Amino acid sequence: MAIVPKKHEMPTQSAEIRARNFNEVALGYSAEVAVNEAKRCLNCKNRPCVAGCPVNVNIPDFISLVKTGDFEGAYKIINKTSSLPAVCGRVCPQETQCEQRCTLGIKFEPVGIGRLERFVADYHNSAAQTTEQKPKSNGIKVAVVGSGPSGLTCAGDLAKKGYEVSVFEALHTAGGVLVYGIPEFRLPKSIVKKEVDGLKALGVDIETNVVIGKTLTVDELFDAGYKAVFIGSGAGLPNFMNIKGESLKGVYSANEFLTRSNLMKAYREDCDTPIMKGGFVAVVGGGNVAMDAARTALRLGAEKVYIVYRRSMDEIPARKEEVEHAMEEGIDFRLLCNPVEILGYNNPDNPRDVKNGFVSGIKCIKMELGEPDAKGRRRPVPIAGSEFELKVDTVIMAIGTSPNPLIKNTTEGLNVNDHGGIIVDENGLTSKLGVYAGGDAVTGAATVISAMGAGKLAAKSIDEYLSNKNA
Amino acid sequence: MYKIITKKPLNDTVVQMEIEAPLVANKAKAGQFIILRVDEDGERIPLTVAGTDKEKGTVKIIFQVVGGTTMKLNAKSAGEYIQDFIGPLGKATETDGIKKVCIIGGGVGCAIAMPVAQEFHRLGAEVVSIIGFRNKDIVILEDEFRACSDRLFVYTDDGSYGKQGNVVVPLKEMLSSGEKFDMIITIGPLVMMKFVVLAAKEFNVPCTVSMNPIMIDGTGMCGGCRLTLNKDGKRETKFACVDGPDFNGYEVDFDEAMSRNRMYADFEQRSREHACNLLNNKGE
Repeated sequence: MAIVPKKHEMPTQSAEIRARNFNEVALGYSAEVAVNEAKRCLNCKNRPCVAGCPVNVNIPDFISLVKTGDFEGAYKIINKTSSLPAVCGRVCPQETQCEQRCTLGIKFEPVGIGRLERFVADYHNSAAQTTEQKPKSNGIKVAVVGSGPSGLTCAGDLAKKGYEVSVFEALHTAGGVLVYGIPEFRLPKSIVKKEVDGLKALGVDIETNVVIGKTLTVDELFDAGYKAVFIGSGAGLPNFMNIKGESLKGVYSANEFLTRSNLMKAYREDCDTPIMKGGFVAVVGGGNVAMDAARTALRLGAEKVYIVYRRSMDEIPARKEEVEHAMEEGIDFRLLCNPVEILGYNNPDNPRDVKNGFVSGIKCIKMELGEPDAKGRRRPVPIAGSEFELKVDTVIMAIGTSPNPLIKNTTEGLNVNDHGGIIVDENGLTSKLGVYAGGDAVTGAATVISAMGAGKLAAKSIDEYLSNKNA
Repeated sequence: MYKIITKKPLNDTVVQMEIEAPLVANKAKAGQFIILRVDEDGERIPLTVAGTDKEKGTVKIIFQVVGGTTMKLNAKSAGEYIQDFIGPLGKATETDGIKKVCIIGGGVGCAIAMPVAQEFHRLGAEVVSIIGFRNKDIVILEDEFRACSDRLFVYTDDGSYGKQGNVVVPLKEMLSSGEKFDMIITIGPLVMMKFVVLAAKEFNVPCTVSMNPIMIDGTGMCGGCRLTLNKDGKRETKFACVDGPDFNGYEVDFDEAMSRNRMYADFEQRSREHACNLLNNKGE
């Protein structure tokens, strides 16, 4: 049979329509398309894709079952190693992971592994009604701090082994970045809720509104009878550029802008949380968070949205699909540009002018790429005299985060690195006995799947630690 | 869900509630705050802890009915529940080494100043309190302040109660007459705190201010509560939720903070009207 050189296309809402609504952009494969896409898999012997997956999903085996139409069987294979398949199928950067290593990809487009994973997970969620069986409890309590991807994964794996797991979440809804950060149009919140409900069915207890480091400390969790603690508290404090004008009204961190829209539902008319909508918007940064913020601003009714990124398209760190979608939707990419000042409205004749103190524009400088830096990315260098202004009403800073100090400051014996990230060994163990950590709290801002990998590793280590302890 | 145990109006627009939240009650110290949501679609608002009862497991909050959310909160009665109640957040007020303190509260800020005054009193420090209000109808917590202060000054802008003038008047009188304080702590409207700081600076007395900016998560994630400190000629961004809410008053950029607090003035106006309509219709 001849090889189909390209992935089967993912049906999406058309760009003009989706740019003005919050419904999911990608609509998912039909069963027929999924089977045909699965048939592109060569089922090669050395299975490089599996090694490309941070949680080592047994990709060729699940794809083989999709080929035969056994979608529930395929789900079972994915679910053995991944606790959040419907999430990963949507937000993983497959092009730098499994699909990058796909043998078919050497000559043609790789197999659409992410699309197939999503199809299988969605099939399971809609068709099969097999509720998870609550495993027999071993009576040992483990605490998980944070209900983002690493925490949920760690909790799920431990619960399946019979541990009594409590997850402590600082916000009022479980899901961490999946809820406050990633927008509805990329990851519907109903999917996150389903995953969280799945964990609850396994017996995981989820305590929202508990800020570890404030409401309770890590040491108090041990006092309360928890035998091990996993810290998956996420990335934390947003970074700013420390340029003039960053405190003007209308300047947001991406965290704040996205939290207002996603967690607090500011995109809905009936919601109590305010957000600046409409007008001209500049988003500074080139990662997935920047794309999410830009596309959210557009859907909130912006007339024009710019991405201001200091390197070129070759270096842009966001997933390829997100960049393509953003471009299709009309986001204006101002590459090789860096902000030097945010300009504010100031009426000298009327100090009571209500517009005073609001953003009126952003002054940028053009950049060129110089020598590669330590990470091998070419360093952007400003071109003298190339400053220009964009007229905008809102500026969103999406230039990363620094670790949150709450847990570090209240946990004696927990060591952190120069950046404030929690130090762990190859098993996810911190400098404190019985305390494990993973995800952005350790690595700084990274991907959902790498956080899940860390949660998985920590669950394994915690199980070994507690098994040896009780042996 | 968190139960409202008691509810008591302190004046026409300021209300006190005790909320059942044992974990928060167990930890909260003077100067810290909580975040609450009234209902499922509600916004998160920060309110300072006005007191705790560890045995009953309750946390006291005092709020002014100013916007949509506080109107909704005020529509709840004792025995009813609110959706979310998170805390304690922020750092507690620094009390170490302070033997004599001047506590200055303005308006509903007195609700935040009160537990701080009580804490210093409990620790055996000499407490001089100044509380100021626009007029006699909105005077709150006078008895509570009297109980924990060695001396108390009550001022109203229009002179309808206590002495006439703003809180800076008695402060300056004391400082001019040579009275010494280890620390001045002020909590109230930004413009009032700005002028208290100017007076403190004039007499070289350290001054702590309690900031109450717009915030969402309150745990250092959103950055919405950021403010700027001028430190040795350098400008430094701080987050009120994790670095504060108390700051060295000498360093705070008040003009910027005042501007930022008005970011959603328009929206708040609409939300107030909306809540009015909603609550009125409910009553019909």
